[in-house]
Amino acid sequence: MAARAVARGLAERAGSALRGGSRRLRHLWRASLAFRVVVVTMLLGLLVLSAVGTYLYGSIAQGLVDGRQKIAADDSLVLARDAQRQFDATDKTESVATLTQMATDLAKGYTQNARSERRYVVITRADSNSRPFVIPPVETSSVGLRYIPATLRQAVSTAPGRQHLQVATVTENGDEVSAVIVGQPIEIPVAGTYGIYFIYPMQREREIISLIGQTFLLGGAALIVLIGIIAFVVTRLVADPVRRAARVAERFADGHLGERMRAKGEDDLARLGNSFNAMATSIQQQIAQLENLSRVQQRFVSDVSHELRTPLTTIRMAGELIHDARSSFDPAVARSAELLRGELDRFESLLSDLLEISRFDAGAASLEVEATDLGACVDRVVASLAPLAERRGSTIAVREPPGLVVAEMDSRRIERILRNLVSNAIEHGDGRPIEVSLGSNDSAVAVTVRDHGVGLRPGEAALVFTRFWRADPARARTTGGTGLGLAISLEDARLHAGRLEAWGAPGEGSCFRLTLPRHAEGAIVSSPLPLNPLGAARSDHRLGPASPPRTSPPDPPPGGRAATVGSATAPAAAADRQP
Amino acid sequence: MAVRGAATEGAVVRGRVLVVDDDLALAEMLGIVLRNEGLEVAHCADGSEALAIFRESRPDLVLLDVMLPGLDGMEVCRRIRGESGVPIVMLTARTDTVDVVVGLESGADDYVVKPFKPQELIARVRARLRRGDEPAPERLTIGDLEIDVAGHSVRRDGVALSLTPLEFDLLVALARKPWQVFTRELLLEQVWGYRHAGDTRLVNVHVQRLRSKIEHDPERPEIVVTVRGVGYKAGPA
Repeated sequence: MAARAVARGLAERAGSALRGGSRRLRHLWRASLAFRVVVVTMLLGLLVLSAVGTYLYGSIAQGLVDGRQKIAADDSLVLARDAQRQFDATDKTESVATLTQMATDLAKGYTQNARSERRYVVITRADSNSRPFVIPPVETSSVGLRYIPATLRQAVSTAPGRQHLQVATVTENGDEVSAVIVGQPIEIPVAGTYGIYFIYPMQREREIISLIGQTFLLGGAALIVLIGIIAFVVTRLVADPVRRAARVAERFADGHLGERMRAKGEDDLARLGNSFNAMATSIQQQIAQLENLSRVQQRFVSDVSHELRTPLTTIRMAGELIHDARSSFDPAVARSAELLRGELDRFESLLSDLLEISRFDAGAASLEVEATDLGACVDRVVASLAPLAERRGSTIAVREPPGLVVAEMDSRRIERILRNLVSNAIEHGDGRPIEVSLGSNDSAVAVTVRDHGVGLRPGEAALVFTRFWRADPARARTTGGTGLGLAISLEDARLHAGRLEAWGAPGEGSCFRLTLPRHAEGAIVSSPLPLNPLGAARSDHRLGPASPPRTSPPDPPPGGRAATVGSATAPAAAADRQP
Repeated sequence: MAVRGAATEGAVVRGRVLVVDDDLALAEMLGIVLRNEGLEVAHCADGSEALAIFRESRPDLVLLDVMLPGLDGMEVCRRIRGESGVPIVMLTARTDTVDVVVGLESGADDYVVKPFKPQELIARVRARLRRGDEPAPERLTIGDLEIDVAGHSVRRDGVALSLTPLEFDLLVALARKPWQVFTRELLLEQVWGYRHAGDTRLVNVHVQRLRSKIEHDPERPEIVVTVRGVGYKAGPA
């Protein structure tokens, strides 16, 4: 019983440690296989050990008590018979005092006070005896009459001639202890039926049982700890190689393709190591092969582009010469000369775009950053493209916040992005107005280029940056773009750690947003301008055409910024530039 | 074919141009275009012969392809610069930063990227040849240097410093307006003759070369001073 209680106590403590248990324990539980295995093994061990221990403890205790009872029964039988014989041998006419003295003597003689084997004796009248001749009850120590259970006394008086045995608790020297009490009736001349009771305290048995209990607890605890240690060692034996494997795999994933696992022996772990290594080698080879292939291809594109340049120069000069002299040709030849020159321009820009792309692919593109005013870049680009816009019937409106919008950038590349975005807007803007907006916040600067042309179909926004992608293959190309402009722009933006995003809806036009970090090493927290202009555009319709379109920052402005943006739109609306 | 008059653009520029290019078609085409402008043209197709032909033809300007058989363009450039300050314009197919800078550092005054338009090439050639059109006698001082513009000489304490014509032009441009800060774009326009945006690295490289010849300590220039974020100006006299 005690062992079970102890086991329950332990389990509870372990449980509460885990429950109340700090996040650390829970984290350990999730993170450490060894910890989990050790805990589970120890709990299971505890369960089995307490079951076995309880059973063993119980049966040993029972055996001890049974043995004691048997000894007590045998012992008391002999003594009771001896007492009966002694009483039988007395005269039938003895006085009460003599008989009392004799009973007392007998009881004293039977009493044992040895440390290990104790025996107390009580002689008292049976309940059924009603003779007038009374011997007062005889006790040999304080462990006496009051500990004889009434049921035992009754059994002795109602069923004479045999032994009656009961276990009861007695207090011996202030110490409660179980005792075997054996009662037997004896016939005393003149006085009639009396009961003689022998009390055997089980002090020794109790000591043995508690010793066994302690031994079980200690042994059990030691065994549990041992089980835990074994579980830990075994787990580590398995988990360590797995951990090493995980580390190797992580390093491999980080790009250390030469990383290999140690694979010794022929066990499962060695097999794991071997297959991992085989996989790693195969991946490494394939990557090397692909890298090589890609390098060859990039090199090829670059070489082709360069090799084409010299003959193109000759053709170009010849073309110019012929073009300059076209007035002296007949009309068909003259027109041919014009076409020749126009297509040469296109060919040349295609070639230089290809070269630029191949430079990006080869990772050879480098940034030359300098703190630059984005507004000035926008103005330059818009000024250079205004004639083209005019030919297409579009106007370009620029909205700038007051003051400079400065960021660290490579102005050559940024202007190229802006040129691509604006000429793209002109090409697809269907002659409607184009809006270029600037914005800035603490972390970033941004430009949006908005047109009101056919817009993009769902899903096309992701495709516009694909090389040589065309929204509608059937649509005629009029401004002679190369199909690489937006792809190059995206690469340029990436080189700046910036973002280039597209939005479009059918019939609503499209909007491109370039966001750049303010500082070359900085990160963009949020873009200062919204990509999707539709919400703002709808409210415009409600406000009427007279009010200038508002560009509201996507993140709630701290105080004055909304006013800044609002006030920026007013001069911008007037500043529809037509240089 | 209508021959375009040499007088169509600006003053008549006469001179001899040496074209060093292994691509015969391009060389011939260059010859046609340059002769149309009234220039004499000599040709050389091999880098290793370039120096001999240079000495023989004594050109007023060299058009030099970067990629040449025999001796590469950079080396030819270095050798010509070793014995003459004649203007050298490189023809290059590669616009990569390294190529351009190495070309300029080997002594070229300017470069043109293939494929170029003939007008573009002519403009550069003219800009490099126009100098020497009888400049008015003019004496300038910048720092502790004395410049004789007509005599094409720069002296410090009476000792002549050897500058290429381009470096000389650059110095004169700065010295004529010592109060003005010149942006790189402005210098490109005035010294190199670019009418549109050009490569500002040209200016950087040539300012470095000029400083290495005229400054007491090129690391701490006192004659050609950098104005951060803007450009260059002449140092206090």
